Amino acid sequence: MTFDLETAANPQGLRRVAIDPVSRVEGHGKVTLLLDADDRVHQVRLHIVEFRGFEKFIQGRPYWEVPVMVQRLCGICPVSHHLAASKAMDQIVGARKVTPTADKIRRLMHFGQILQSHALHFFHLCSPDLLFGFDSDVAKRNIVGVAQAHPDIAKRGVLLRKYGQEVIRMTAGKRVHGTGSVPGGVNKSLAESERAALLKDVYQMIAWSRDAVRLVKELFEKNLAFYEAFGRFRANSLCLVRGDGAMDLYHGGLRARDADGKTLFDHVEYSTYWDYLLEDVKPWSYMKFPFLRSLGPDEGWYRVGPLARVAGCDFIPTPLADRERQDFLAYDGGNAAGATLGYHWARMIEMLHAAEGIKDLLHDDDITGSELMTRGERAGRGIGMIEAPRGTLIHHYRVNEDDQVVRANLIVSTTHNNQAMNEAIRQVARQYLDGKKLTEGLLNHIEVAIRCFDPCLSCATHALGRMPLAVELVDADGRVVDELARGGDE
Amino acid sequence: MVETKPRKLRIATTSLAGCFGCHMSFLDIDERLFDLVELVEFDRSPITDIKHCGRCDVGIIEGGVCNAENVHVLREFRVNCKILIAIGACALNGGLPAQRNHLDLRDCLQEVYATEASLSSGGIPNDPELPLPLDKVHPLHEVVKIDYFLPGCPPSGDAIWRFVNDLLAGRTPRLPHELMHYD
Ligand code: SF4
Repeated sequence: MTFDLETAANPQGLRRVAIDPVSRVEGHGKVTLLLDADDRVHQVRLHIVEFRGFEKFIQGRPYWEVPVMVQRLCGICPVSHHLAASKAMDQIVGARKVTPTADKIRRLMHFGQILQSHALHFFHLCSPDLLFGFDSDVAKRNIVGVAQAHPDIAKRGVLLRKYGQEVIRMTAGKRVHGTGSVPGGVNKSLAESERAALLKDVYQMIAWSRDAVRLVKELFEKNLAFYEAFGRFRANSLCLVRGDGAMDLYHGGLRARDADGKTLFDHVEYSTYWDYLLEDVKPWSYMKFPFLRSLGPDEGWYRVGPLARVAGCDFIPTPLADRERQDFLAYDGGNAAGATLGYHWARMIEMLHAAEGIKDLLHDDDITGSELMTRGERAGRGIGMIEAPRGTLIHHYRVNEDDQVVRANLIVSTTHNNQAMNEAIRQVARQYLDGKKLTEGLLNHIEVAIRCFDPCLSCATHALGRMPLAVELVDADGRVVDELARGGDE
Repeated sequence: MVETKPRKLRIATTSLAGCFGCHMSFLDIDERLFDLVELVEFDRSPITDIKHCGRCDVGIIEGGVCNAENVHVLREFRVNCKILIAIGACALNGGLPAQRNHLDLRDCLQEVYATEASLSSGGIPNDPELPLPLDKVHPLHEVVKIDYFLPGCPPSGDAIWRFVNDLLAGRTPRLPHELMHYD
């Protein structure tokens, strides 16, 4: 099955235009367009062009190595993989509930990463588009240009990211690829000196995060019709929420909603995710195409990440971020919250939540505790899920009696957004490119749409995921004669 | 007398088969970034929209070589950059992605995309838009000449800062013991 603009009916004779590489995103991807002599667009595709096969070569490694190893999937969100793998391995070592200190140190680490990743994405990578315009001068359309034209904004971005990285360093041991979280708990808590150092700046970070939310809001206000229409599409959404419906980026149950906000399933225990999610493969990308099993591949694709989470939760459990959330959801009759560029707004609200969350944890004495580890009865299977900066992340392992990983399945956030990103760029192609002479600035519109999702193409490249694969047997008249799905946990 | 500012050095950076962690570590120089851009300007890099490497003084590459396109980009950097630096474990020896070197590539692909139950669903992606994966992941120096190697996974922001500063000052870069890491 294919979507509109996915595959040209007659590719022969069409002109190919490539955006290669997609820049100011993390990882390797390219976009190809097929156009006819009148510049009408016939095909638009976002390709993930590399294959790594982490899940395969992780087989045979001892389970305790995994939380450190898998971080090398991605240098922007290593903590997500570190923690998702740790949560899975908790189950392997029988740590059904880690100690309060371990839980809070991990949450602190995770908030640090949300803060740094969201700051990096917004300020270093995307702010040039938003501040200068999508078709502004290429030479200036980057963080250096922002530093020259808006030194204050650039400086805050750099310092917000730095603060998040420092939270990670103090909880994980290193800024990139640390070792703090281990199967069953953590290997260090916070020293009083570290706690004091972080407390010193946290209120500034909260204030700057709030300013960042306002900045996006102003950008919307200035150009409302354009911001709301740009690359807009309707989609289901998926995220984890806490038992009481609150946003919880570290742990929760799965919630899916349709484009009208109707709940499709809620508080689903993620250890049975394969009963709810399936995936498709297309020959033109190494990244797979997941969808909700109940709705099928045509209707069941969904989006994940900040927009899905901010709109999908019932409330955010920190006051400033929750107020901004309500403001965002009510803005212009709720229209901003359905916009593709609304991702930026939602992302900054989450950054504010992370800053507030860090502050709360720094005031909690458990973070300096000494009960770090839990053990229990060994298990053979571990599944860890977390809300990474870019969306729901799934790690799933089987480990044998010799402590070796025998099977690994990693489904990364960006993969969930695969169809959504393709829809967004096809919509942009229809809206702004179709029938026009292509310019660099117009092509950047496509990239702006991709950047909204903050794709982590590096994650998507490394980890290929293995949800149950849906297979349809279609007869000559196009009727589905048989349907079969490969289980997610053979 | 008019003081003429020295020409800014031009730097290009890219990630091949890496995880972007080395680029993140580069950004871990934090506010020193603002000092750096007084002295250098960026050509192709994940933080700019320049898609092809032009004439540059310094090229910095993270990640090893895992497909035909990586080879192409690496050669483009070598041709255009006076000094080429391999940064991080992946660039120096293939790093974690090279763990697939002892496996058969076809088996890997087969397992991920085309196990028996996935009969009709696409199979192994093979569109001409996808660059051909290489049989093995290679370190950079097996493909082109590399002038400097900066180890670590990733090297710290401080190490990168020290290294780049030495280069900018025209000194041979040397890292003190505490900045040399392989993890
Ligand atoms: S050396 Fe380490 S940090 Fe650098 S790209 Fe490779 S895995 Fe990532």
